Amino acid sequence: MPLITPEAFVLGLSAIAAACIGLAAVGIGLGQGYAAGKAVEGVARQPEAQGDILKTMLVGQAVAETTGIFAFLISMILLFVNPLVGML
Amino acid sequence: MHDLNHLGPRIIVGFGDGSVFITETVFFAMIVAAVMIVLAFWSTRRMEQQPKGKQVIVEMIVEGIYKLTEGAMGKHNSHFAPYVGTLFIFLLLSNSLGMWGFRPVTADVNTAFALSLTTAFLMQYNGIRTMGFIGKIKHMSSPYPFMFPLKIIEELSFPISLGFRLFGNILGGAIVMALIFTALETGSHALHLPIPLLQAVIPLPFNLFFDVFEPILQAFIFTMLTMVFVSMEIIIHGTEDHH
Repeated sequence: MPLITPEAFVLGLSAIAAACIGLAAVGIGLGQGYAAGKAVEGVARQPEAQGDILKTMLVGQAVAETTGIFAFLISMILLFVNPLVGML
Repeated sequence: MHDLNHLGPRIIVGFGDGSVFITETVFFAMIVAAVMIVLAFWSTRRMEQQPKGKQVIVEMIVEGIYKLTEGAMGKHNSHFAPYVGTLFIFLLLSNSLGMWGFRPVTADVNTAFALSLTTAFLMQYNGIRTMGFIGKIKHMSSPYPFMFPLKIIEELSFPISLGFRLFGNILGGAIVMALIFTALETGSHALHLPIPLLQAVIPLPFNLFFDVFEPILQAFIFTMLTMVFVSMEIIIHGTEDHH
C-alpha cells in the first residue's frame, strides 16, 4: 500500500473536520424553528401586533444564528487557509 | 471578483517595502463615506418650513431613526440617534456593495471589529459615566463577588460576537455568490456558449437574498443590539441611584 505524505494526511483530516462542523446546523434549525413557531402563535393570538412580533423574531433568530456563523467561519478557515499544514 | 482562490481583499497601494498597504476595503469604505456626505449635503440644501420634494424623504428617514432610538432606548436617550443612524446607513451601504460588483466593505474582519469596538467603547464609557468606576466594579460583583470574572468575560465576549456575526454573515454571502458564479461559469463553458448566458438571469434571486435582504437584516440587528446594550448600561444606574 502506498504511504501517505504528511501534508496529504493533514489536508484530508482538515477536510473531514470542516465537513463535520456542519452538525452545528442541527441546533440552529431547531432553535430558529422553535422561535418562529412561537412568533406565529403570537401573531395568531394578536394579529395587529404583527409588525412588532416580526421584528422581534428576526432579531432573536439572528442572535441564534451566531453560533452557526462561528462554525461556518471555522470550516472556511480550515478549508481555504490550511493552518494545520503550516504547523507541520 | 468572483475568484475562489483569492477570497481576501486585494491590495491596491503599498507603502515602503510593501508591509504597510491599503486594501480595497479602505478604498471602498472611503467611497461609501463620501457618498453619505454628498447625500447629506445635497438633501439639506435650501431647507424650507413646508417641506416638499427630497426634503420629505429625508425628514421621513430622520424621524424613523429617532423613533427607532426612542423605542429601544427610551425618550431620555434620544441623543444617541445620530450615532445609531450613521451606523445603520453605513452598514446598509457597506453590506450591499456586492450588488454593484464589488467586495462588501464589512466582509473584512477589520471593518466589522472596528464597528463593534466603537460600540463596546460607547457601552463602557456610558457605564463609567453614569455609575463611576467604583460603582461599575461594585455593580459587576453585585449579588456575589465571584460573579466579577464571569461578568468581565461577558462584557468582553459581547463585542467579539457582534463583530463576528456581521463579518461571518456578509463574508458567507460573498463566498456563496462566488461559488454560484463559478458553477454557472463552468456550466457556460461546458455548453460552449459564446456569451455567458447562464450567468445572466439565474443568480438574480440569490443576489436578492444575499445583497438586499441579508444586508438590511444584519444592519438592523447590529443597530438593535448596540441600542439595547448601551441602554442597559444606563438604565441600571437609574434604578440604583437616588437623585
